Amino acid sequence: MQDIQLKITDRNGVTHEVIAPTDMAMNLMEVTRSYELAEEGTIGICGGMAMCASCQCYVISDHDLPPKSDEEEAMLAEAFYVKDNSRLGCQIQMTPELDGLEVELAPEA
Amino acid sequence: MITTDILIIGAGPTGLFTVFEAGLLKLRCHLIDALPQPGGQCSEIYPKKPIYDIPAYPEILAGDLTDKLMEQIKQFEPGFTLGQRAETIEKQADETFIVTTNKGTKHHAKIVAIAGGLGSFEPRKPLIDNIADFEDNGVEYIIRDPELYRNKKVVISGGGDSALDWAIFLTNIASEVTLIHRRNEFRGALDSVEKVQELKNLGKINLITPAEVVGIIGKEKLTGVVIEKESEGKFMLDADHFIPLFGLSPKLGPIANWGLEIEKNAIKVNNALDYQTNIPGIYAIGDVNTYPGKLKLILCGFHEATLMCQSAYQRIFPNKKYVMKYTTVGGVDGFDGTRKEAPKAVIKSID
Repeated sequence: MQDIQLKITDRNGVTHEVIAPTDMAMNLMEVTRSYELAEEGTIGICGGMAMCASCQCYVISDHDLPPKSDEEEAMLAEAFYVKDNSRLGCQIQMTPELDGLEVELAPEA
Repeated sequence: MITTDILIIGAGPTGLFTVFEAGLLKLRCHLIDALPQPGGQCSEIYPKKPIYDIPAYPEILAGDLTDKLMEQIKQFEPGFTLGQRAETIEKQADETFIVTTNKGTKHHAKIVAIAGGLGSFEPRKPLIDNIADFEDNGVEYIIRDPELYRNKKVVISGGGDSALDWAIFLTNIASEVTLIHRRNEFRGALDSVEKVQELKNLGKINLITPAEVVGIIGKEKLTGVVIEKESEGKFMLDADHFIPLFGLSPKLGPIANWGLEIEKNAIKVNNALDYQTNIPGIYAIGDVNTYPGKLKLILCGFHEATLMCQSAYQRIFPNKKYVMKYTTVGGVDGFDGTRKEAPKAVIKSID
């Protein structure tokens, strides 16, 4: 399995280029945490159940992402700072197709 | 003043199990939690979700885990201060502690065990500029006394269970109930959604979707809200109360100012021994603590609680000799007078 490259802009506006494995069932929220790009306790609060929106991010690149599940749609409908390109990081699995993905973390709410 | 041996801050799974381990050592516990019910995250965020890594439970729902823990600790008669947040701590001359909540309830304990998870759950507040000016003057994030809304015009926003359930409940009390949500779909329980549909058809709930409250009107007290609806733009609605129900998010809160060593939003503890913090007599267990290799798992919290109780016992009774006993051997003697014990083996001779 190949590793992929991502660009993640943190909540202070700093962009980080990181490498993520695609064979560890990791999602974008977990990759962000593994590199400590957001303070512990402010991201992935529900652990990745699409139930807290603390991993909300804006997708900058034009990658073809898997569609939102009902749960993700519903959570985003109750989150703050939501934009058209908002997604929950915990619902974006790391796959080879996502090589080069660029995202920006939404503010803490 | 509430007095106890071990004051546990946080009634999640780790805090609840502490009561059991303390009870085996004949130490009494009292728990404080900001939420109105025990269970912590398991009850508040995901009661209907399964957990697969509780030893001996191939699968258990988070809500059921809470129920089982409550059953397991029942005979040790824990006290609860629920719906209140631990605010301040004062160490006494005799090395005991007084912890006071945001409502002024005082607790006196020999040992403090912080099992606070990710912190106390605070309501998520919508991003409306002047909303803070109206808090408790027409804006409430938590419904404490439904009578406050009798014969009033109430606007609720949110799309989860609490928004649906309160909208339904308040139709019998308020003169007018409006429910506003950013989407047409609600993520609450199916029967709640159906009930709201029924009440909407009867004209008892004014449903405005997809829409959002974007402004608050009033001088000192709230008199109306500004609503933005996708197709119609902005308009005003008269109201006496606005109740935004967008869930809760955990904040470490006042504990951060107790003089404890904090790292990455968690409390540093001595994991080589007993999970004590830099302040002797204050322990931190479960998701709230950190040490090299820390994993935020319920099962790790149980282990930490167990070791912490042994240390607490030695701190309270420095000169008493004690060795750990298996529950199978020692049984479980409750403070309520009950006793659980292994049945005696029947010895029968063979002719």
